[in-house]
Amino acid sequence: MKIRLHHPRRDLEIVGRGRVSQILAELGLDPEAHLVIRGDTLLTSDSEVDEADEIEIRPVISGGTTDGAPCAV
Amino acid sequence: MRRHRAAYCAPHFLEFFEAQVHRAITTQRMFRPGERILVAVSGGKDSLALWEILLRRGDDATGLHVDLGIGGYSQESRARTEEFARARGARLLVADLRAEYGMDIGTLAKASGRNSCSACGLSKRYLFNKLARDGGFTAVVTGHNLDDEAAVLLGNLLHWNMDQLARQAPVLEQTHPHLVRRVKPLYRTSERESAAYALLRGIDYVIEECPHSRGARSLLHKEVLNSLEAASAGTKQAFYWGFLDRLAPVLRAGGPPVLHPCRQCDQPTTEEVCAFCRMTARAAARQSAGASSHP
Repeated sequence: MKIRLHHPRRDLEIVGRGRVSQILAELGLDPEAHLVIRGDTLLTSDSEVDEADEIEIRPVISGGTTDGAPCAV
Repeated sequence: MRRHRAAYCAPHFLEFFEAQVHRAITTQRMFRPGERILVAVSGGKDSLALWEILLRRGDDATGLHVDLGIGGYSQESRARTEEFARARGARLLVADLRAEYGMDIGTLAKASGRNSCSACGLSKRYLFNKLARDGGFTAVVTGHNLDDEAAVLLGNLLHWNMDQLARQAPVLEQTHPHLVRRVKPLYRTSERESAAYALLRGIDYVIEECPHSRGARSLLHKEVLNSLEAASAGTKQAFYWGFLDRLAPVLRAGGPPVLHPCRQCDQPTTEEVCAFCRMTARAAARQSAGASSHP
C-alpha cells in the first residue's frame, strides 16, 4: 500500500494489507494524533487497508508556543 | 469516529461536533443575541471548522486573519482563509503585520529579543483586541480546542504560573471598557475531532505546521497528554473540565487584574506601556541601531 505522510511530507510503501491500528503502530504513530484517510473517506482504527490502496496519514496536533499559549488561530 | 464511551458514523459525528459547539456557546453564555462577533481565523482546521459552524448557525461572524509574514506558510494560510470566505460569501478582515508595523514575525522576534512564538502570540492577542474594538465587535472568538487548553493547563501547572492559571477559561469576560470579551467555543472538543469535522465538511485547511512551532514545549505537553489518553480514554477531558469545575473558581476569587489604557496605544494593559508597544519599540530601536552601525 502507498502511504502519504506529512511533517515532513513524504511517501512510503508497505507490502501487504493490514488494519489502520496496525499500520499506525508499525509506523510508531499515535492514533490520537493522526487521521487516516483513503480517498475522501475517513478510516476508523479497525478499517482494513488493502495492498493496492493509497492512504494519507494526516497529523492533527497543531500549534505550539513557548510561552504556554497555543497558536490555534 | 471514536470518542470516549462513544463511536460515530460520519453524519452523526457532524451532528455531535456541532452540538458540542452549540452547547459550549449556550452553557457558557458566549454570545448575546444578535451580537457582531469577530472570528480569528488562521487557515488551520480548528478556526475554519469553527467559522463554518458559526456561519451555519446563522451567527453574525466576521473573520479576521493576521498575515504574519512567515514565508510560504503564511501565504498558504492566507490563501486558504480567503478562499473559504469567498466560497461562503463571508466577511473577512485581513491584517498584514508587515504592512501595519513594517516587520514580519521573524524580524520582530529577532529584533525584540523574544522567541518567535512569544512575539506571535503577543501580536495576535493585541491585534485581535484592537481590530475588534476598532470594528465595533463585542466578542473575539478563537479556535482553541480541548487539547490546546489541556496542554496550556499542564504547562501552567508544571511551572505554577498562578496568574495565567487564574485567567484560563472558555470565556474571558470584559473586565475593562477597552477589552473585548474572548471566547473559545471548541473547548469541549479535541483537535482530532476538529480535523475530522473539517475533512468531512470538505474544508480545505492548511495541514502544514508553522515552521516556528517545531520543538515547542506545548507540543511536548500535547504528546504527554495523548499518551495518557491512549492509556486511559477521557483523561484530557477530565483534566481540563475538572480544572474548570474545581480549581478555576477558587483562583478567580481574587478578581481580575487591574487594567488601564496603554499610554501609547490606548489598549488595556497592567503596565504603563503595553507589552506590544514595548516589543515593537524595542525592535524598531534595535533595527535602526543595526542600520546605523552598518552603513
